Amino acid sequence: MPVEILKETWTGAVQIVTLGATPAEGGTRGRTVTVGGERTLPFLHFEAPMPHRPALAVEIKDRRPDDWSPVLLRAWGDVVDDPGAWAQAAAAAGADLILLALSLTDADGRPTTPAAAVAAVRKVLSACSLPLAVFGPGQADADNELLVAVAEATKGERLLLGICEDKNYRTIVATALANGHLVNARTPMDVNLAKQLNILITDMGMPLDRIIMDPTTGAVGYGFEYGYSVMERLRLAALQGDRMTQLPMLVTPGFEAWKTKEAKVGNGVPAAWGDWEARAINWETLTALGLLEAGADILVLRHPESVRRLRLAIEGLMKG
Amino acid sequence: MALTGIQIYKLLPQTNCKDCGFPTCLAFAMKLAAKQVELSACPHVSESAKAQLAESAAPPVRLVTVRSDGAEVKVGNEVVLFRHEKTFYNRPGLIVRVGDDLAPSALEAKVAAADAYRVTYVGIDLGIDGFAVESVKGDPAAFAAAVQAVRRHSRKPLVLTAPSASVLGAGLEMLGAGETPLLGVATADNWRDMAGLAQKAKSPLIVRGNTLDELATLTGQIKDMGVEDMVLDPAVRDFAGHLTLSTLIRRLALKKNFRPLGYPLIAFPAAAGDPAVELMLAAQAILKYAGFVVIDHFAPEAVYPLLVLRQNIYTDPQKPIQVQPGLYEINNPKPEDPVLVTTNFSITYFSVANEVEGSGLPAWLVVADAEGMSVLTAWAAGKFDAERIAKDVKRFGVADRVSRRRLVIPGHVAVLSGELEGELPDWEIRVGPREAVDLPRYMREALMN
Repeated sequence: MPVEILKETWTGAVQIVTLGATPAEGGTRGRTVTVGGERTLPFLHFEAPMPHRPALAVEIKDRRPDDWSPVLLRAWGDVVDDPGAWAQAAAAAGADLILLALSLTDADGRPTTPAAAVAAVRKVLSACSLPLAVFGPGQADADNELLVAVAEATKGERLLLGICEDKNYRTIVATALANGHLVNARTPMDVNLAKQLNILITDMGMPLDRIIMDPTTGAVGYGFEYGYSVMERLRLAALQGDRMTQLPMLVTPGFEAWKTKEAKVGNGVPAAWGDWEARAINWETLTALGLLEAGADILVLRHPESVRRLRLAIEGLMKG
Repeated sequence: MALTGIQIYKLLPQTNCKDCGFPTCLAFAMKLAAKQVELSACPHVSESAKAQLAESAAPPVRLVTVRSDGAEVKVGNEVVLFRHEKTFYNRPGLIVRVGDDLAPSALEAKVAAADAYRVTYVGIDLGIDGFAVESVKGDPAAFAAAVQAVRRHSRKPLVLTAPSASVLGAGLEMLGAGETPLLGVATADNWRDMAGLAQKAKSPLIVRGNTLDELATLTGQIKDMGVEDMVLDPAVRDFAGHLTLSTLIRRLALKKNFRPLGYPLIAFPAAAGDPAVELMLAAQAILKYAGFVVIDHFAPEAVYPLLVLRQNIYTDPQKPIQVQPGLYEINNPKPEDPVLVTTNFSITYFSVANEVEGSGLPAWLVVADAEGMSVLTAWAAGKFDAERIAKDVKRFGVADRVSRRRLVIPGHVAVLSGELEGELPDWEIRVGPREAVDLPRYMREALMN
């Protein structure tokens, strides 16, 4: 019996965004990463080719993290003491780009200074030629202070700067505009809030090809379904032609999965949770895989084994 | 696809006789469309109209039930492509596969461990749903022995698969009369015998087609032999192929009411070999429309996140799972112990309660009525502000239970602290950590003075 292949036709497309700049483009990166351009739902190649494969970012810190799971610290080993070495290890693990997350304080508990932040960023840029995203500690004031200094010191690199949210978007967008960078627009799991922030950012004159949106997500078991559905709705709106939702999406399954008790705690948990290390990695992997299916263009991961697995999944999904 | 009231009206006698209890045929048709009355209320409707209406009322994805003596797995009856459009209804069955080529002791050990597996997530007990016994050897006696061995350790519903109906029949005979296992696999080569067996056993049947055309042809032929309950295996085992065909099948069923593919799907992620890839393919199957997911590698650390993912995806998006707002006692708090505040979204509540419980430190927990939203979502929606928190602190009589009026709010809503000091002037307002996981350390370090 002949079966009709039911194809959806969409009017909209996701914006194409390139991260990083090579020397010819005014930066120092060995290569760039381009995401976006989808004209249908994720990986439905029979309807429209997916021009750019989703990218995998590995999150590193400017110093040894205080609150990361021992499982993660074991996996990376001594490189966590040196952001340059860590970036190289992340590249070797298969990262398409590096996400450097700045700490709120130094190892002695003093606030991270702009000079220290710039030094860490420079270290990563000179040690590793992949495109770079730099996120502040996640407190609007500290983010502003550190990211402005970083943006000015790295003019032309097309860094992705975050966290750019409703509280501080003005400062971050202004410095990104002035110094040739991109912004990561983060909103808390809500379609309309995401749209609104994108409108505010473009109103400041930021071109759409320099914005990535970060709709926020939750790990499996911790609100995953909210983030998943918000991403599906954002992508459907984008394909239906809603301009302010047509941005590639970045999500942080690594951050979310590794703060769960399932990933962080090895002792005193139910036996039914199984082996700690395997469970923790599975938690990150499944969270990331789910978000990939919902339309993620950049997945920020933490464990090298998750990078290997998601690479396999993306390769499998890109075979149209 | 469901008919509209007007379409139904055209099939009715249009006499406005009122025998159905409604003033007009149109009014009755509207009630039918809204599924608020049964067609049988109309004594005059013609047989052909009845048939057409019954056809349109049938769910686009057939509900298929697999039963053992005492348990069942129901899948299908889905009505949307995306969970936010309504909800996904029937959670896919998570099935653990054993082959009859396994050494008997290994087979029994695997089944015993998987059968006994239970894990608790937000107060819900989760476990696997059944076993798939596969005839790898193609030998009736070996298959029958494997089915018997599984039944020695588990009463859960079964999937039985064999290359031929004769081998399959040997396994089926080992089961009790009340059982309707999922049988398979019917292919273009063996479908007559397989359908005959399924029809006799009144059991659902897995149908495998190498193309959608072949699959649709087979389901039509098998239906003509009297087998109504089928489960589709589109014979793709890779990421892209599975996603594409699952999406197409669900779309055809929902948008075109295409009956030949209006059945639940079964996925076999284990074909990947690599357990890490199997896990991801199983997750994709849960997200993308599978009715049964048959895994090969049983390990608690893999099954636990899969079960939780399934629970998440099949949560009704319009009804967040809520906890009763109120004052909760953790680890037998005394009047001088701290008071923590959170929202009544179940996951939020359980995250906080689990952490505090696990720390062994006593505390009072105010679960505020935030309409079932998490801290940030509720705050953004104006359902978790200073006024609401203060109202609930008063409503639950917290001040009467504690001697030290010290209230810890989630770090994510630190901005509320000033306003809350205004609302609750006799209280000391403290800003706790953003994440529940950091609560024990915060309580030990910041609250121990």
